[in-house]
Amino acid sequence: MGLLDFFVSFAIMASIYAIFSMGLNVHWGYTGLLNFGIAGFFAVGAYTSALFTAKMPTGALASFVIQAFGLNMPFLLGVLFAAIFSGLIAVLVGLLTLRLSEGYLAISAIGIAETIRIFFNNERWLANGAQGLIGIKRPLGDVIAPAYYNYFYLGVVVIFVLLIYFALERGIRSPWGRVLRAIREDEVMAAADGKNVFLFKLQSLALGAMIMGIAGSLYAHYSAAIQPSVFEPLFGTFIIWTMLTVGGTGNNKGAILGAFIVWALWSWTTFVILKIVPASFATRAPYIRYVIIGILLVVFTAARPRGIIGEERQVSRF
Amino acid sequence: MSKLRIENVVSGYGSMDVLHRLSLEVEEGKIVTLLGPNGSGKTTVLRTIFGVISPKEGKVFYNGQDITGTPPENVARLGMCYVPQEENIFAALTVQENLEMGAFIRDDDFRPRMELVFEFFPDLTDRRKSRAGDLSGGMRQMLAIGRALMLNPEMLLLDEPSTGLAPFLVEQIFERIQTLNKQGVTVFLVEQNAQALSCADHAYILEGGEKRAEGTAQELMNDEEIGKYYLGR
Amino acid sequence: MLEVIVYGIVLGSIIALGSVGLTLIWGITELFNCAHGDQITAGAYLALLFGGLLSRIGPLGNPVGPFSFSWGLLISFIPAIAVSIGLAVLVDRLVYKRMRRSGAHFITAFIASIGVAWALRGFIYIIWGADFHFYSQGLRAMVFLPAGIKLRTDEIFIMIVAWGSVAAVYLFLGRTKTGKALRALADNPNLARVSGINVERMLIWAWGLAGLLVAVAGILYGIETQLRPEMGWIFLLPLFAAVILGGKGSITGALAGGLVLGLAQQVSTLFLVPTYKPAVAFIIMILVLIFRPKGIFGRRTA
Repeated sequence: MGLLDFFVSFAIMASIYAIFSMGLNVHWGYTGLLNFGIAGFFAVGAYTSALFTAKMPTGALASFVIQAFGLNMPFLLGVLFAAIFSGLIAVLVGLLTLRLSEGYLAISAIGIAETIRIFFNNERWLANGAQGLIGIKRPLGDVIAPAYYNYFYLGVVVIFVLLIYFALERGIRSPWGRVLRAIREDEVMAAADGKNVFLFKLQSLALGAMIMGIAGSLYAHYSAAIQPSVFEPLFGTFIIWTMLTVGGTGNNKGAILGAFIVWALWSWTTFVILKIVPASFATRAPYIRYVIIGILLVVFTAARPRGIIGEERQVSRF
Repeated sequence: MSKLRIENVVSGYGSMDVLHRLSLEVEEGKIVTLLGPNGSGKTTVLRTIFGVISPKEGKVFYNGQDITGTPPENVARLGMCYVPQEENIFAALTVQENLEMGAFIRDDDFRPRMELVFEFFPDLTDRRKSRAGDLSGGMRQMLAIGRALMLNPEMLLLDEPSTGLAPFLVEQIFERIQTLNKQGVTVFLVEQNAQALSCADHAYILEGGEKRAEGTAQELMNDEEIGKYYLGR
Repeated sequence: MLEVIVYGIVLGSIIALGSVGLTLIWGITELFNCAHGDQITAGAYLALLFGGLLSRIGPLGNPVGPFSFSWGLLISFIPAIAVSIGLAVLVDRLVYKRMRRSGAHFITAFIASIGVAWALRGFIYIIWGADFHFYSQGLRAMVFLPAGIKLRTDEIFIMIVAWGSVAAVYLFLGRTKTGKALRALADNPNLARVSGINVERMLIWAWGLAGLLVAVAGILYGIETQLRPEMGWIFLLPLFAAVILGGKGSITGALAGGLVLGLAQQVSTLFLVPTYKPAVAFIIMILVLIFRPKGIFGRRTA
């Protein structure tokens, strides 16, 4: 029974990350936008969903958990608002930074994500600062027995993965999607064709961010507790870049594959290492993942930047 | 004697070909001008010769030797020097340091040569210690050519040296180029400005990456068609 | 207020040292090295390693004069710098050179440098663990300057070494042929090639210089506060901001930028919680990018 539970937990996280990867694919794979601030959208999605679906803490709990509001909405509305707020932040960020050249956009995004994290960390009145929020509402959490809950949640997440996958696959073949691809290939030519490049990029930024917001929300409701330290650059941004790079940039299947592979490496290596390594080393063992993932990223960008699956050729059929 | 020759060169950027089977020749000791409108591929010709880009087809010969695709840092050692059109000086360095960098591959003492260059472009002498990026357009052009002269080249490739200069400065530059030629330097000059014909021994007209015409400066200027379309007469 | 400024200058000097290497590499190769912060960390930990070993040899364990660190640590500057240089050049040869050869987009190299950063940090965690480390546990002696400014003796050492290194870098870059070639390369790589300068050979010098400076910056930071594996990340945003502020490839700009960032971050603690410091760095960077993207000393040609 234990092994099955392990796999289910693994699959849930891998699927959530798959959604993040697809969001990044919209940004980078389709439009060529360097979003190194995924963690920011992750945080916004997670916190929005958590706050919107939470009840204001009462009694003894109120002294431990301080939050600005709690609207006690149902799960799905939480996800919806997570997407909306994430998208709004993306629009703001886009208005600020899209006119910058690529490299600068990337670095700005890192800064923005960090600022968001620091803000949540310091401003305790908003979402309990560094201690974060706990007891986040689980959809149908009261109805389904704890032993089977994860199976149910896996189903929920997989439904989201499939919905987003098919929506994106339709979207990329639409006229809108083709413009995005044209922008990625040659911005100057796309602009010469009369397309409002800025507007398309903004839309792409918002769409990808909304997807990331959804993923953030799903994460929050799964782990039932979130703190700002979760949304730091490694887990919140760069691991997703690794996933997309390994799986295949420009390809939604690649995004999902990459997420599963990298998450597998990430979560299983700890498991395996802890079995091999002497107990005294146990606290440091998790960091071997850093080295593995780091080397993975280097190897793939150096040797196979297109990833395992590589970009889909069929899409560019005009 | 042919100093520089390119044969059937196909060259460009990415999937886009700019030059289509272009052949031309520069005879030793002459000034040869390549004239053409914007986008005709003039800069691509020079870049291909100097190895900044490798041709997809065709060959480049210098002094009879095949130098096709030789990287720029090696071409510089062959006796040929190239002055690009834009960003042709080290803006962050001083005038003197720019010339020093021109002499980078020299083993010997470059200082006598540097003094000669200052004599050749006297206006630069007062600004030896000035930051190159602060110089005026005309001085910058002189410095760009001066940098190339530090190696005592047999041949100079010049990309639109008259760009953005006032007419009297343009005259000055062309006069300096002619003086260099009289001293024995072969010059391959690429220009948009038809005035460049006046000092050329031989000229080519380039359009759309193809040779449209060639001949002596006199022949080209006398030809009505060419005069009308390319030389604005 | 005065103390904040003084401390800001101390910190700014360390950031400035780190920024020089970053801007040089950026100017020459278009690589914005995300591993730079972690290389600083590596330098600090290397000194911990060598310093620890050396300090066991008799009198080398004693503190140097009025400072808190031992002779062992002082000597360890040399092996730490050597290994740091070796590491920097090695990574370039193994990873970035391949990408230059295959004409890879600078984004690819940027992402690769993230992988390098990650792997490097992982190694540090594995070897030393996540706890804080200190070069020495001894008392930190203070010096009292006019106007009521208190400085640790260590901080005077830091300033001397930092600005001494800066002076040495200036001399190297300004007076030697290799140094001028590096500046030329950082300013206009294409023209440098056209002038016959061999880029790959120069890059060894560039990475060597970067490796030296990050090691010194790391050790100085370790003397100033403490060592922990995350410290590279703390540096990264201020480094990025300093380099962008100073302009791509401009050494003077990087130095000035480093000082400005150090000061700005410290001054911000007067009215913001210290954990907002990276945000301050980021805001400066964004303002520069919006209003003056070339930086203050940025490349200005035609």
